[in-house]
Order: sequence, then C-alpha cells, then structure tokens
Amino acid sequence: MDLQTIWFCLIAFLWSAYFVLEGFDFGVGMLLPFLPRDEQERSEMFETIGPVWDGNEVWLVIAGGATFAAFPAWYGAMFSGLYLALLLVLFFLIIRVVSFEWRDKSESPRWRAVWMWANAVGSFGAALIWGIGLSNLLYGLPLDSSGDFTGTFWDLFSGYTVLGGVTIVLLFAFHGSTYLTIRTAGDLCVRAVVAARRFSVLALLAVAGFLSWTVAVAVDHNDKSVFPPVLPAALGIGAVVLAVLFVARRRSGWAFAATAVATVAWVATMFTSLYPRVMVSSPNFGNSLTVDNASSAHYTLVLMTVIAAIFVPLVLLYQGWTYHVFRARVGGRDVQAPPLAPTAGS
Amino acid sequence: MAPLSSTVVDLARVQFATTSIYHFLFVPLTLGLGPIVATFQTLWYRTRDERWLRLTKFFGTLFLINFAIGVATGLVQEFEFGMNWSVYSRFVGNVFGAPLAVEGLAAFALESTFLGLWIFGWNRLSPRLHLATLWVAVLGTWLSGYFILVANSWMQHPVGYKIVNGEAQLTSVWALLSNEFALRAYLHTMLAGLIFGSTVVLGVCCWHFLRGRDVELFRMGAKVALILAVPVTLLQLVVGNRFGEAVTSAQSMKIAASEAQWNTCQPCGFSLFQIGGFTASDPTPSFSITVPKLLSYMATGSFDGQVQGLNQLQKQEQRKYGRGNYMPNVRVIYWSMRVMAFAGVLMFLVAAAGAWLFWKRKLERAHWFQWTALGAIALPYIAATAGWVLTEMGRQPWIVQGLLKTSDANSPSVSTTWLGISLGVFISLYVILGIVDFVLMRRYARPGRPEQQEELPAPVVSY
Repeated sequence: MDLQTIWFCLIAFLWSAYFVLEGFDFGVGMLLPFLPRDEQERSEMFETIGPVWDGNEVWLVIAGGATFAAFPAWYGAMFSGLYLALLLVLFFLIIRVVSFEWRDKSESPRWRAVWMWANAVGSFGAALIWGIGLSNLLYGLPLDSSGDFTGTFWDLFSGYTVLGGVTIVLLFAFHGSTYLTIRTAGDLCVRAVVAARRFSVLALLAVAGFLSWTVAVAVDHNDKSVFPPVLPAALGIGAVVLAVLFVARRRSGWAFAATAVATVAWVATMFTSLYPRVMVSSPNFGNSLTVDNASSAHYTLVLMTVIAAIFVPLVLLYQGWTYHVFRARVGGRDVQAPPLAPTAGS
Repeated sequence: MAPLSSTVVDLARVQFATTSIYHFLFVPLTLGLGPIVATFQTLWYRTRDERWLRLTKFFGTLFLINFAIGVATGLVQEFEFGMNWSVYSRFVGNVFGAPLAVEGLAAFALESTFLGLWIFGWNRLSPRLHLATLWVAVLGTWLSGYFILVANSWMQHPVGYKIVNGEAQLTSVWALLSNEFALRAYLHTMLAGLIFGSTVVLGVCCWHFLRGRDVELFRMGAKVALILAVPVTLLQLVVGNRFGEAVTSAQSMKIAASEAQWNTCQPCGFSLFQIGGFTASDPTPSFSITVPKLLSYMATGSFDGQVQGLNQLQKQEQRKYGRGNYMPNVRVIYWSMRVMAFAGVLMFLVAAAGAWLFWKRKLERAHWFQWTALGAIALPYIAATAGWVLTEMGRQPWIVQGLLKTSDANSPSVSTTWLGISLGVFISLYVILGIVDFVLMRRYARPGRPEQQEELPAPVVSY
C-alpha cells in the first residue's frame, strides 16, 4: 500500500474516532431537553459526558490538522468549498463548548435553560451539518481544474445529502441513548432505554436507506463497482440491526458497542465509496481530487506517519484510561454523595 | 476584477485579524494561569494548608471560564486557513500542516483530556494523581504554544523547505522545529503568558485587599504572583529586545517600519515618540524624542550597528521580487511596537512596586497600588494585541515572507457575500461570548463572594 493510501485510511480512522466519540456526546446533548424530568437529572446527563467531551472533540482538531498536513489540496478545497456549512458547524460547536463550562456557573433557571438549549441545538446542528457536508464529498460538488469550488451554498443540498444529515442525527441520537443506558442509573436510565428503543427503529430505517443509497451513488457518481463499498454498508446495517436486538433485550453494553460499530461503518462506507478520490467533482468528473493529486510530498507523509504511529496509540491509551476512571454510573445511589467537597486529604 | 478581489482579501484579513486577536486574549491567560493554579495545588498537596486549596479552587474557576473560550475560538483558527485561504493552504500544507497536526495530536489532546480528568477527578483520583493531571494539562498548553509558534514562525522566516511545482515542500523537520525565530518567539510568548497569569492573580488579590476581604488568604496568592511577576516582566524586556534581533535578520523591513526608519542609519537612535514621519512623502517627523544609538543596539546587539532604511529595503525587494510595494503600514507598525514596549515596561514597574510593598509589609494597606494593580490587568492584553499586530501586519505584503503574497493567497471560491456573512457571525458571536465571559470572570473574581464551589448543591457538573 502506498503512503497516500495509508494516509487516506488514517484520515478515515481519525474521522471514525471523532464520530464514534463525539457522536454519543452529540446524542446526549440532543436528548437534554427531552429525557430528564428535572434539573437534577439534567445535571446527571451533563455529568455523563462532562469529563470526556473535550477529549472527544480533539479528534476533530486532529482530523483537520492531519488533512491539512497530508492532503493540503483536499483541506483547501473542502474547507473553502463547504464554507457556509463549516461556518454553521463552528457556530454550533462554539455555543456547545461554552455551554459545558458555563451552565453551572449560575443557579438561575433561565441561565441554565439557555445553556442547556445551546448544547442541544449545537449538538443537533453540528451532527446534521457534518452528515450533509461529508455526503457531499461523495455526491459531488462543482470544482474547477484547480480544485476550487464553483457552486453556491444550495448546491450542498440534495435528497441524498439531506438524508445523510438526517441519518447522522438519528444514528447519534441512538448512539447517545445507548451510551446513557450504560452511564446513568435509576429512573433516568429507564427512560434512556425507552429512548434507545424509539430511536433504534428510526435509526435502522435511516441507516439502511442511506447506506444503500451511498453504494448506488458510489457507482453512479464515482465510477466505483458495487463490491468494495457494499461491505462496510452491509456491516453498518447489520450493526444497527444488532443494536436494535440488544436494546430490545436490555443488553446495554452490547447495544452501545453495536451503535459504535455502526458509526465506524458509516465513515468506512463513505471513505470506501470515495477511494481513490477524496472529493468528487460534478459535473466535471475529471476535476475530482484524488489521493494522488491532493497529497503532500513523500517527506511530509513519512514524517506524519511516524508521528501518527507514536501519538495516535498514546492518545487512545490515555483517553481509554479516562473512560476507565469515569466508568461508574452517574446518579442513582451516588446522588447523596456531594462530589465537590474534596475528600482527598481531609 | 482588481477592486473586487482586493475587497475579498481585505475582508479575509479583517476576519483573520479579528478572530486570532480575540483567540489570543484567552490563550495567554490559559498559559499563565495554568501553572499558577497548579502551583497552588502543589502547595496544598505539600503543606495540607486548606488555604492553598481555596486559592486553587478560586483561581481554578477563573482558569476554566477563560479556557472554554480559548478552546471554542481555537477551532475557528484551524478551520479558517482552509476556509478563507485555500491557495495559502495548498502552498504551505506540506510544511505548515505538520506542526498544526502535531499540535492537535501531541498537545491539545493532552490538555483537553487531562483537564477533564482534573475537573471531575477530585474524588475519583488519589490527590497525587489528581495533581499530576493538572500539571500534564499545563504541559499540554505549553506544548501547544510551541507547535503553533513553529507554524507561525515559518511564515515569518521560512526554513527547511524547497519549492516544487509552485508549492513549498518540507525538506528538514529539524530545521522547522529548531527555527531560531520560533524558539525566540516561543520564549517571548510563554513569558507573555506568565505575565498574563501573574498580573491577573495580583490584580484580583489587590481587589480583595481593597475591599478588605479574605486578606490573609489573598496575601498568599499575591506573594506567589509577585514572586513570578518580577522576574518574568524583567526577563521579558530582555527577551523581547533580543527577539528584535532575530526579526532584524529575517525581516529587515519589519524592523525598519517599526522604527519609521526611512533611510539607512549607523548608528541609529531609538525614537520614543514622534509626530509625523510615517509616509514616504513625509519621512521626517515634525517632533520626536530620540535616544541616541539605542536602536542600533536593539536591532543588532551593537551600539554602532547599521539598520537599513525603508527606502533602501524597498529598492532591494523590488530588484528581488519585481515591482510592487514591499512596505507594511509604517504608522501602525511604529505605534504597535511602542504600545507593546511601553506596556512591557509599565508591567515591570507595577510588579517591582508590588514586590517592594510586599517586602515592607505595606501591600494590604497601599490603596493607590491596589487600584493600580487592578487596572494593570489591562496591560498584558494591550501588549499582546499590539505584539501580534506588529508581527502579522509587519510581515505584509507577504503571507509567507518572501514566498507568497497575502493578496495571492485567499480562497478563489469564497465571495464577499460569504465573507461578509461569516465575519458578521463571528463578530456577533464573539461579542456575546466576550460579554458573558467578562461578567462571569468578574463575578467569580469578586471579593466577598462566598466559597462558591463548595456551596453549590451536590451534582454540579464542572467543579
């Protein structure tokens, strides 16, 4: 495998890590206005993702930086082409970031409601736009011969790409619910199970429809044969089916694992359908960006490979440890114990 | 086409300037407050004196409120290169992308993961491990600064590259990482961070003295702040000056503009203040105060060194790069340099006066100083902003010194409408965030506020 292909796979891996991890905290965020019955439960929901969301979002920064370094032309064309979409993503992510740190800085109900909604809207909006935006890489955008976008904002919206956005919202809502079933306790946990059941069916329909359509788009728009893309697509649909079954049988841990696999399979389907292109140009297919014409030179790719080989496992390791530290369910019998008074040393 | 495309470039520049200056209002406080809070917690860990814990939590809260905006606005910075400057991104990606990616992977990942552990880990980790998480997060912020400055310094002084097919390709990562410009810029910026941290802590402590609240507690805080502030403000004057020498060799035009030095001189006096003399048609100031030979020393390290003038440099550049104007905006560069330098001196004087009063045990009673220290919180913000204006506007017309002009680097697909929309969104969002941040910081720094964290009801999310 040449270096360009390795880096294409690595970028796919980084996006997978981002969406598997941030996917569930987006899902928890979207459920904030609906699932909890009182402020106490809302705080518990925040606490399930509070320690980890920032570490999850790091994978976006890494994916963006890695694309810049390994595929400068892809980075330039994608970020300038999806301009207003990314502006929206930034808007949603920013109001979400500050909501985590600011919500508990006042006890006024209105203040708390504002930041709860900021988080919910931010989570929903960012998931929707990511789904639409990434679907466009495959569906095709008008690019000129130097890879610059020549269309308008409305070119980003088609039946396929909008379904892509809706699918991601539903998949993440499902993923977030299964996460809550393993991280909450008591009544909130019961309601998380109910939410997971409801989203499971919707997510299954959307994922099955979208991934099948993706295989068709890969064939029609990107000159692919059915065979490679159909594998991750089938895996994705299979994973959601399994998740539906696990949720129905209350196997929470397995259900969460299945929604995580489904998220990876979604990214894998998109990237398998793209390869060897990184951005499909439509109508002028010849202007498409490929792993070869968009990549950095050999030296940079070798350097970045060494760096990734050292640091990606390291980051996974200490983030894994973080999840281990915060593995206990939030709420339930813990409610009585004040978590703030420093027991240490006292 | 020309006027239209220049509007696009101007809007993209305004946007980058606005978002990065704003981002850098929060970053240096994170860089400086982090180690101070970690020091408080270390002192608590060592002495078990509960007052250190109270200081840890008090300034830790300010640290986190501030950190949130730094993270939120940092994301914009990374996206903005691709969104607004796609030609630039393609040109520099091979070189510039690498430190940016490493920043995410090796530094930002550390700081955000370990900060999460610190915020929520008070009862879940042993005290020693919990303290370590904060120091690791601080290490992350400092590494992050290094990689970002490596990337920025390459734009000021490109090294370790070759140009192939119209794009810069990396030839030596070692040259990139050990770029002398980067190392000096790093030292300068980290000292700035420590000045931010110590000035803010000192100012907040003095605010408590003014109101006579928790004087004993904040005396301990002020002591730590002063022990840090005196050496770092002094060192910064030396380092900032030496940084000027690196600029002289890499970017002669920037130095000439920062002194409004139109013609080559030897030895050169340093102009402290002048009226007029900022344009080629009016090169002689109508009034000025000048210190003889000082500029020669600052720019070259020798009192008899030669400093090249704007006119001579302009001729050289034209011979090298063809027709065009290679001078930055002299008036802006001259004044941003002075604002930064004068603010730097003032910060040192405040720190020195504070240390003297502390030594004489008068700090808690010297109201004039307490007001001064409270007001001095503004100084590092002014100095850092002026410093970045000097660095970035002083590089113009280049986006990468000598290799790519700013006017050739924007995204061709991005229209004035898109730029206008995004600029409007960022400015309105940032204004709102800025107001909320200020209100929160003030509220949590205010004297007489009961121990907020401990008294909040049980399941509070962040501490």
